[in-house]
Amino acid sequence: MGRYILRRLLQAIPVLLGATLLIYAIVFALPGDPIASMYGDKRAPENVVNAMREQYHLNDPFIVQYWHYISGAFQGNFGRTFAGVEVSSIIASKFQVTLNLAFTALVMEAVIGVGLGLYAALRRGRAQDTMVLASTLVLISVPTLVTGFVLQLLLGVKLKQSTGIEFFPISGVADGLHSYLLPAFVLAGTSIAYLTRLTRTSLAETLRADYIRTAVAKGMPRRRVVGRHALRNALIPLVTYLGADLGTLMGGAVITETIFNLPGIGQELFRSVYERQQPVVVGIVTLLVLVYILANLIVDLLYAVLDPRIRYE
Amino acid sequence: MNQSTPPIPAWGIPDPVRGVTGTEPLLAVDDLHVEFATRRGTVKAVNGVSYALNPGETLAVLGESGSGKSVTAQAIMGILDAPQARIPRGRIRFRGTDLLRLKEDARAQVRGRRIAMVFQDALSALNPVFTVGSQIAEMFRVHQGTSRRDAEARAVELMDRVRIPGARQRLHDYPHQFSGGMRQRIMIAMAIALDPEVLIADEPTTALDVTVQAQIMELLAEVQRDSGMGMILITHDLGVVADVADKIVVMYGGRIVENALVHDVYRTPAHPYTKGLLKSIPRVDRKGRELYAISGTPPNLLDMPPGCAFAPRCPYRQDNCTTEAPPLYRIGPTRGSACHYWREVLDGSHG
Ligand SMILES: Nc1ncnc2c1ncn2[C@@H]1O[C@H](COP(=O)(O)OP(=O)(O)O)[C@@H](O)[C@H]1O
Ligand code: SF4
Ligand SMILES: [Mg+2]
Repeated sequence: MGRYILRRLLQAIPVLLGATLLIYAIVFALPGDPIASMYGDKRAPENVVNAMREQYHLNDPFIVQYWHYISGAFQGNFGRTFAGVEVSSIIASKFQVTLNLAFTALVMEAVIGVGLGLYAALRRGRAQDTMVLASTLVLISVPTLVTGFVLQLLLGVKLKQSTGIEFFPISGVADGLHSYLLPAFVLAGTSIAYLTRLTRTSLAETLRADYIRTAVAKGMPRRRVVGRHALRNALIPLVTYLGADLGTLMGGAVITETIFNLPGIGQELFRSVYERQQPVVVGIVTLLVLVYILANLIVDLLYAVLDPRIRYE
Repeated sequence: MNQSTPPIPAWGIPDPVRGVTGTEPLLAVDDLHVEFATRRGTVKAVNGVSYALNPGETLAVLGESGSGKSVTAQAIMGILDAPQARIPRGRIRFRGTDLLRLKEDARAQVRGRRIAMVFQDALSALNPVFTVGSQIAEMFRVHQGTSRRDAEARAVELMDRVRIPGARQRLHDYPHQFSGGMRQRIMIAMAIALDPEVLIADEPTTALDVTVQAQIMELLAEVQRDSGMGMILITHDLGVVADVADKIVVMYGGRIVENALVHDVYRTPAHPYTKGLLKSIPRVDRKGRELYAISGTPPNLLDMPPGCAFAPRCPYRQDNCTTEAPPLYRIGPTRGSACHYWREVLDGSHG
């Protein structure tokens, strides 16, 4: 087990290196000049531009620039923004917000998705089942941007105007967990829909298994047949999905954080791409890749806990 | 020629015990019909099956795959696939009570406790994510409210009884960690946990190696002898039946085509289908010869032909076979055959 984890972590190194190179190249290829864009509409003074290009190695060929970056990164130096702020301190201050958002969304996804999925599976073919399925289709087909703005307007602005009570804050993180509720729901929306459908299929499939027939033949009450014998097996693919989805949720935070003005790495990433802050973009994306890799590792370990047939080594 | 024989339709095996003492059999299936609604139409899986089982008796149910053996058993257990399955006619009397008329909670009192079942493929029939110990102990915990420790102790006793080596150490192992034979022993342990009055074993050895098959049959015969329960042994292998069963019903296309005491069937089969089955048993004294197989395919349950379902494959077939369905003729005090020409079959003039 320990060796398995170690091997998986070692395998992650080339993936991370590849990811940094790729992102670095993409930002490099973006049109426009980062220094000039700092000055907006004004013309940047020639000498300042030259000094900065020198300082940030912008005149070197791509691969040399990347080498400067990656050798610094190995020494714990993830570079600075053009304004001179350390990338690591930016990420450190904003990562927590995104983690809070993603985990709130993950919990919502698990509770609502699994709950609705089980409800639908146990009422297969009836009106409630059809209703759940139809609403998941709506959630899947409407883009996050739309659900985000619509819910912000309805549940945030309008509800407050009509009742005078602020049920859901619509901007910032001043209210702690409370301020995350609405953005987390928007972020989790599509995932909730997919998980609902997956749960429904998984349970329905499991209920057809031979061992379920055995449990019934043993005289087990339906509650136990579904809640223990079927559920325990049906959960296995759901855990995998949830784990892999943590990465998706962190990535999706870019849009949600921008809509709800949450100071997380998503919003930062959005701004940095806009400003071509190469080290910031690469740092954040690499971090996201790392989260994704770790989440998948945890899922694989959980898998072995849930399914005794799976053994590592 | 045999048209002079008055057809006496009989249902089930004329029951010696019942006939003599006048008591109900332990379990009596009576004119059972089961059908499934499918996209392609109504599958008539069981079409008027009757058989009876007495305490201490072993009834073998024979027939090729798809003849309705399992569906009949599932109807007895009350575990037919919902919602497709329907029982338009028939009764299943257990100690005189029609199980089909019981409410679900009363039925659940019988299931697993008084009528238990062993399935064909123990690997898929056992839950992969729970230890075998917990799956056996569950019988005591759920049905009798036994504490976890006591239930586990009794699970170990049961595992010993079905001769699983090192039972105590293996209590916490999972099904996939056992061999096929050991897994089937665990299924049997689970089924006999609460001393059921009826044990249904649905092809308990089909999924196993030949060497292990005999051991499992022996074990089943032994627990049956020790407990005095009635056993319904479903199989498509006439070879294993001779040593264990007292009587046989042979099924074809969801109907019973022959029922008899075991030695009668072996000596003188009274239905062409049974005769074909007997000829297809591998025998030591005929080693090297090619095995006989009944030619043709089983009937289409979506569209049963009029007349005798076996007619397309029958070497004894006459003109009236395809128009007149043969009833189950009573051909002796303990025998029935659903063949117009059972006399010729008994005489062995063909085939
Ligand atoms: N759930 C079901 N839906 C449709 N048809 C079924 C179902 N279960 C069994 N059958 C059909 O009933 C017939 C008898 O099946 P079965 O009793 O399992 O045969 P066997 O004698 O091999 O045990 C088969 O043709 C099978 O296809
Ligand atoms: S009734 Fe006719 S077709 Fe059917 S088994 Fe007898 S002889 Fe064959
Ligand atoms: Mg079967």
